[in-house]
Amino acid sequence: MQLDKIHEKDLKMGIANQVVFSKTLEELAANDKAILAVTSDSRGSGKLVPFAERYPKQIVEVGIAEQNLVGVAAGLASAGKKAFAVSPACFLSARALEQIKNDVAYSDNPVKLIAISAGVSYGALGTTHHSLHDYAALRSINNMTIVAPADNFETEHAVRKAVEFKKPIYLRLGKKPMPFLNEADQSFEFGKGRVVREGEDLAIIANGETVYPAWLAAKALEEEHGIKTTVVSMHTIKPLDTNLLEDIAVNGRPILTVEEHMVNGGLGEACASFLFQNRYKNPFKIVGIPDEYTVTGSQVEIFNHYGISGSGLKESALELINSKK
Amino acid sequence: MTDREMKLKSVYLRKSLLKYIYKAKAGHTGGSLSCTDILNVLYNRVLNVDPKNFKNPDRDRYIQSKGHCVEALFVTLANRGFFPESDLETLCQYQSHYIGHPTKKVNGVEQNTGALGHGLPICVGEAIAAKLDNKTHRVFTLLGDGELPEGSNWEAFLSAYHYKLDNLYAILDYNKQQITGSNEEVMNTGSVRDKLETFGWSVKEVDGHDLKELEAALNNGPFETGKPNFIVAHTVKGKGVSYMEGNIKWHHGVPSQEEYELAQSELTEAEAEI
Ligand SMILES: Cc1ncc(C[n+]2csc(CCOP(=O)(O)OP(=O)(O)O)c2C)c(N)n1
Ligand SMILES: [Mg+2]
Repeated sequence: MQLDKIHEKDLKMGIANQVVFSKTLEELAANDKAILAVTSDSRGSGKLVPFAERYPKQIVEVGIAEQNLVGVAAGLASAGKKAFAVSPACFLSARALEQIKNDVAYSDNPVKLIAISAGVSYGALGTTHHSLHDYAALRSINNMTIVAPADNFETEHAVRKAVEFKKPIYLRLGKKPMPFLNEADQSFEFGKGRVVREGEDLAIIANGETVYPAWLAAKALEEEHGIKTTVVSMHTIKPLDTNLLEDIAVNGRPILTVEEHMVNGGLGEACASFLFQNRYKNPFKIVGIPDEYTVTGSQVEIFNHYGISGSGLKESALELINSKK
Repeated sequence: MTDREMKLKSVYLRKSLLKYIYKAKAGHTGGSLSCTDILNVLYNRVLNVDPKNFKNPDRDRYIQSKGHCVEALFVTLANRGFFPESDLETLCQYQSHYIGHPTKKVNGVEQNTGALGHGLPICVGEAIAAKLDNKTHRVFTLLGDGELPEGSNWEAFLSAYHYKLDNLYAILDYNKQQITGSNEEVMNTGSVRDKLETFGWSVKEVDGHDLKELEAALNNGPFETGKPNFIVAHTVKGKGVSYMEGNIKWHHGVPSQEEYELAQSELTEAEAEI
């Protein structure tokens, strides 16, 4: 537990990434009337109430009907609007999956799918409200870009770039305040992982809200064991930054991946698939939610339970390093 | 149970669900209070279910489609003897079976719900199966009015008509509000009654807080042979707590200590007047 408090003096605390989304969209919508927020009784969770009050003509409400939400957004996008379909990740990526597959990706309508309260953000509301399948489902759809920003910096830039992006995109956001990671590096591009810490002994590849615990683990590994760790925010899981993966793998260091997703079909398997097919033999471990219905609890309790924490990842890293010997 | 005891029970259930929401610091307060009377009547006057033998294949089915109002369901089940009420002390806590939506890990819960628009299609399946097997049990669901725009509901409305499911009862908790605001502001459904009648259902409207009216409607079906039954239960979101009634803030608002005490004392007063 102690370990997870390290940040207080080291990292500047930000706000929830999904709040950064709504603030950024509100700012951009002032000078761009093509920006539309499309909601399914979700403006409260999407923190879009101020947006709706300020731009009543730039919000399209469809009621609790996520399939309609995505279909309508596809039509709006086809007609030249910059349509942001905002709904909890669980409903957006499951209920409306066929609309995403056909009307957005296959018909190539550049809808911006804004998946809020993603992963296990909804904690004890349970499986109906968790999205632990969305990377797997969307990775297997051609023409989808999937982005899970780690911090407020990445989120803001992802939203700005999404406005002009000409392809379908799925932005996966959480509701927990996130600290700023690596303020020195001010670059952000879809498809380019962001190195938030560097070290040659080990690499942890994470995305979304798991980059922060990965960073905590790296810090503890260095301070307590002298192990130097590279931490990557692989915010874009599709297309995957395979150049960066090769740069990391080439010295043979162990690689740990971590994600707020079931271990089946997510970030870890995407990395493993590339590395194995390119003959890399690095010791490798995937941390995520196992193939079971999650334990009841808050997001933090679920994270701790499955080792998605600074201390849990430190243990996984040590095991991985020792297994190499 | 006398009619007076039933009324007292409704107040008890409201007090109790508020207690566990307050303790868990989470819950769907307004919608749970709006369907408390419906659940009370279902479990204590209508449904043929046995807490000791819940899996009896001849039981009446109740599938709560508006799963977010699980607190009303859990306190009603506990009160009916499905599990000790004290279990609810762990609501939403680490490793508890009592999560923020209905789950089959809890005795008495038919299906895992919580994503809106799922209850009715499952009920259609249960009702068709009952007909195929010449069973006489009935199948009930509770829908939210904000939930109605989910397309799956309208697909199921068609199927229920097509298969002449007069053993199926869909109850609408018609509190006219959802998260963002009123149904009319968010997605205007117009006249639900007209729509359902056009879809071939037999429709009755009742005061969803009048236990006798609810019981009369739910126990005297089918309303018309060969037609599925739709009960528009006019309700008030937050019913029973003055400052919650009709205020959307309480959709998933959790009361502060002061608010909680005020709510309990209002309900105690209501109890004294019964
Ligand atoms: C498919 C799906 N979309 C969105 C939600 C989030 N949600 C939970 S309750 C709710 C509002 C429900 O309103 P209503 O059906 O009127 O319920 P009530 O007023 O009885 O609480 C919403 C949007 C959900 N649970 N499922
Ligand atoms: Mg309602």
